[in-house]
Amino acid sequence: MGAARSPYLTDQYVTRDQPIQFSHKHHVGDDGIDCRYCHTSVESSATAGVPPTKTCMNCHSVLFNNVGYLEPVRESYRTDSSIEWVRVHRLADYVYFNHSIHVNKGVGCSTCHGQVNQMPLMFQVATLQMQWCLDCHRNPVGVLRPKDQVFNMDWKPPSNQAEVGAKLAAENKIRSAAELTSCSTCHR
Amino acid sequence: MSENEHNLLPMYPGGQSGGNSGHEHDHEDEHAEDLTLGEHPLDLAAVRAKLNGKSGKQYWRTLEELAEDTHFEELLHREFPRQASEWDEGVDRRDFLKLMAASLAFAGLSGCKANIQENIIPYVKQPDGMVLGKPLYFATVMPFGADAIGVLVESHEGRPTMIAGNPDHPSSLGAINAFVQASILNLYDPDRAQTPTFVGEIRTWPEFMERAQAMAAEAKEMGGAGFRILSGTITSPTVAAELQTLLKLYPKAKWHQWEPAVSDGAREGSKLAFGRYLNTVYRVEKADVILSLDADFLANGPGHLRYMKEFYRRRKLTENPGGQAAGMEMNRLYVAEPTPTVTGSSADHRLPVRASQVEVFARALAGKLGHGGAGGGETPAGADAFLRAVSADLAAHRGSSLVVAGEQQSAEVHALAHAINAALGNVGATVYYTEPVEVSPVNHLESLRELCADMDAGTVDTLLILSGNPVYDAPHDFDFVTKLGKVKNSIQLSTHFDETAEYCKWHIAESHYLETWGDARAFDGTVSVVQPLIAPLYNTRSAYEVLAAFSDKPGVSSYDAMRDRLKGTNPPGDFEKFWRKTLNDGLVANSAYPPLGAMAAKAVPASSTAARPASPEELEIIFRPDPSVYDGRFANNGWLQELPKPVTKLTWDNAAMVSPATAEKLALTHKVAARGGEHGQILSTVIDIAVSNSKVTAAAWTLPGQADGVIVLPLGYGRKNAGFTGSNKGFNAYAVRTSSALWVAPDAKISKTGDSYPMACTQYHFNMEGRKILSSATLEEYKNNPAFAHEGDEQPPKSDTLYKEYAYPGYAWGMAIDLTKCNGCNACVVACVSENNIPVVGKDQVMRGREMHWIRIDRYYKAHTSTNDPSTDENNALANPETYFQPVPCQQCENAPCEQVCPVGATVHSAEGLNDMVYNRCVGTRYCSNNCPYKVRRFNFLRFQDWETPQYKLMRNPEVTVRSRGVMEKCTYCVQRINNTRIDAEKQNRPIRDGEIVTACEAACPSEAIVFGNANDPNSRVAKWKVQQRNYSILGELNARPRTTYLAAVRNPNPEMEKA
Repeated sequence: MGAARSPYLTDQYVTRDQPIQFSHKHHVGDDGIDCRYCHTSVESSATAGVPPTKTCMNCHSVLFNNVGYLEPVRESYRTDSSIEWVRVHRLADYVYFNHSIHVNKGVGCSTCHGQVNQMPLMFQVATLQMQWCLDCHRNPVGVLRPKDQVFNMDWKPPSNQAEVGAKLAAENKIRSAAELTSCSTCHR
Repeated sequence: MSENEHNLLPMYPGGQSGGNSGHEHDHEDEHAEDLTLGEHPLDLAAVRAKLNGKSGKQYWRTLEELAEDTHFEELLHREFPRQASEWDEGVDRRDFLKLMAASLAFAGLSGCKANIQENIIPYVKQPDGMVLGKPLYFATVMPFGADAIGVLVESHEGRPTMIAGNPDHPSSLGAINAFVQASILNLYDPDRAQTPTFVGEIRTWPEFMERAQAMAAEAKEMGGAGFRILSGTITSPTVAAELQTLLKLYPKAKWHQWEPAVSDGAREGSKLAFGRYLNTVYRVEKADVILSLDADFLANGPGHLRYMKEFYRRRKLTENPGGQAAGMEMNRLYVAEPTPTVTGSSADHRLPVRASQVEVFARALAGKLGHGGAGGGETPAGADAFLRAVSADLAAHRGSSLVVAGEQQSAEVHALAHAINAALGNVGATVYYTEPVEVSPVNHLESLRELCADMDAGTVDTLLILSGNPVYDAPHDFDFVTKLGKVKNSIQLSTHFDETAEYCKWHIAESHYLETWGDARAFDGTVSVVQPLIAPLYNTRSAYEVLAAFSDKPGVSSYDAMRDRLKGTNPPGDFEKFWRKTLNDGLVANSAYPPLGAMAAKAVPASSTAARPASPEELEIIFRPDPSVYDGRFANNGWLQELPKPVTKLTWDNAAMVSPATAEKLALTHKVAARGGEHGQILSTVIDIAVSNSKVTAAAWTLPGQADGVIVLPLGYGRKNAGFTGSNKGFNAYAVRTSSALWVAPDAKISKTGDSYPMACTQYHFNMEGRKILSSATLEEYKNNPAFAHEGDEQPPKSDTLYKEYAYPGYAWGMAIDLTKCNGCNACVVACVSENNIPVVGKDQVMRGREMHWIRIDRYYKAHTSTNDPSTDENNALANPETYFQPVPCQQCENAPCEQVCPVGATVHSAEGLNDMVYNRCVGTRYCSNNCPYKVRRFNFLRFQDWETPQYKLMRNPEVTVRSRGVMEKCTYCVQRINNTRIDAEKQNRPIRDGEIVTACEAACPSEAIVFGNANDPNSRVAKWKVQQRNYSILGELNARPRTTYLAAVRNPNPEMEKA
């Protein structure tokens, strides 16, 4: 069973060749751009949303507007053809994960995606296996943050997290473990 | 085979497959010779004997069940039919084992590693207002005959996926019917015509425009002589304006109309009564007593969805505090009709009467109600008591009664209905008249006759056929094909390259209503906007654009034309604001026609020829649009083909329907085929039906409740060029339809061919074997005993279980279905198919009991027998049974038998009481289905889903899991809708409001018979329904404690007639 959870099978820590050398470290860590500037629907929809080329061009029509490695972005905008990114985090089709409810209930981005602000190339830190999901769904207290910390990449649970988390769970009306682990919560 | 002879195509064995399923599920039939072994003909004498021996109420669904045919029972004891386990895709057992060995070996290596590289393809510029992953909804209308049905269409990233009713639209009020719901499949139909063609060769649209302009120039020289347009009923003001422009441009041109499945009766009836064409609109909610003269007004014809809503809003029965039923009121419906319809089957009193005798009946009624000059000396045989009761009841409800004449009835019947409504003071109260909704009402039969005569005389140079298929559906004595050959330029616009397209020179592919701009008037005159949800998938055009190609301003888009026309009406205020509101609402506010003032109905002229008294020996053929394919336009729609027809429960075929007595006389029978044990395979006698000099071969079907001596031939089948799904199904009733006998053909000759034909009928599936499934009473009985549904209940105490009790501290999802309101219209079934991506399996698979519908509608007949009164006509149970419908989705048991037997935990209980179905865990043991007392689980015996056809990929709802072969599936109360709504509510830190989650079936239901909600909340609608004493569980004695419960059916028969 150990093999089934090794990064060889889960694809953890594997970076992918992307059409553009996009660095989350640069944009998030160095520039301090908020996650939601690009992932606009993370608070309202199941999918966080990968930004349209227009979002890139908001800045890059002015900044670095003639560097070679951004030519694919400009080309996409010019020719009205999408940039084809390679997916890093992939869930099975029968899982209906919803970003918005997690974010709204105080589960931070870095809890699942790791410290993206330190990743020049994006990779997956969690196994994304059902057991990993269930760890929190059975006991969400350990990961809940105050809502203003959700998009903070550097958040670390305080020493009294058990206490704070329980309080946040009550405040945010987190549902019972029985409800959160019903199959139809994620599978339909 | 001669021109007029259309035989059933030999399809046995196997052989017919679903359109949405892409590949054939044919299989080798090694046992063809077994076919006749074990067939057990139905013994009607035994059925009668059985009924005579019964006392009290008996419910039955099939003639075989009533006869307690032992053979039939043996078949039923197998839950899924024999042969259910055979491998159907050409892989034999040895190959299978080899494959298994190989995959097991690889399994050790590959484990769970998916390792698929997947791309994410974002927009370049994301459209405004779009939130990725969230659907958008747009208002539009589906034009249908002399109506336009308002809809809201769900769009996922630009792909329309699901159609629902528009609550703000007068013709919908939020309801939807099976046709509109299934029309989304027409959009994605891979068999659609995709490009203009000239004699079958691909052409471009500019080439056609050029040619059209040349034809127009030619026509202009002659003032338009020889230029003809043929269309169906058109209610679009923009198309009308364009037609007027053309007729002005070419003064000698003519516009003809032909709508095959709607008679001229309504139009000509208003002319008879008022001297001109008028539109009749009913206010059903204001009527206490309604008589339908062969009118299926709840399920067919302009405004029917609204009428259905209004009708059943008068059938809401809510007990007083304390559980008293006293003081409740319902409207009352009488129906006189030749063949059971949705409306007739749910009537309080129903009189089977020959179609030709409806006029005799109407005349007699008019005479009784004091409308002099109507004649009315005679009454159809056996109608005396009914007539007396109806006329007394109508007379007692002046101003609050309503008489509705049927779409297929004669002008005289319509005129008589107008006269009776006028005599009863109903005009202005329950019925009003407006200017015609149709752009230019004409007598369609005469219009087509004139066109055919001119074509024959060689005076038609250019014929433009807009969305019609006259080669298939014109009366056969017009011989349209031959005459079409004499036309120099023939152009057809249609969605498919159909029968007519074969004989036309030009064929223009027509846009679906979800692909084009346009407008249409609804049944009450409301101008409604057709707004596209998607750019045309192919090189298709709208009727407007084809017409414009012949005008002096070719190339104007539908959008510009419609918008300019609206602008031209000078709406008040800022036009942009008005335009946006109009698009948002799907209609132009306050554009319904005002009721016309005092309308005096003229005396009704003497009897028409059709209305002579019928001799009981004579066979009379009547033609009706089919409940699944209508006039043939939906023939290639797999959802509708597989939809069990409301009353007969037949799928994939039409049948010549006869009454039990007539069947007995003609020795027509159906036999449950033993071969394979398919519950759904019924072998029917094949008959030749001869009318004057034409003949058709059809399978006969015995239908309780049909008038004796009447043979119903449903239109729309037997198409040769409908597409993969629709071609060569059933028989073509148009082949024996002549212009002199368009609706009723007397003097039909029947002869048996000696063959039998397999029919796929779902009423033989999933039988619940005579337990107390359905409960019903009259309003009187209900008032006297509000707890009637619980008589003889053996509900065990809650504690009687070995399993642990679940607590439901949060939500407890439940459903209640009011059987008083269900009339079996099928809207919920198609809504469920559309919402949950349910596959089409094809006729062969339906005959094996493998249809996949998650919600089925069981039809029950009720035999009213009494041992106390020997004069009671016991045979009435066959000749005119009471009919009830019961929709059965998964019952979501709290003590679910399915959950206990699943060896892999694929069906488990949720904290809110749903029986969750985890598709990715299911290994297909089918234990759950075996243990389900309600027979609501559906197994993917084969890979029924079509994963290859690219168009279907656009259509599917992305919110539900894909199911493949070997997986059990079922209803989960639209759990995707529950989850999405719950997430929205949770984000706002509030509980889900009652009515916020609407299941697909509930949303579609035009009679508001289904409610869903939180049963833990005493103020929810569902909880309020469930505390009614009418509320009962099916098979309560099993202690499964289903969350879906039923409110027993209550009918409101006339106490006077009950006594008689």
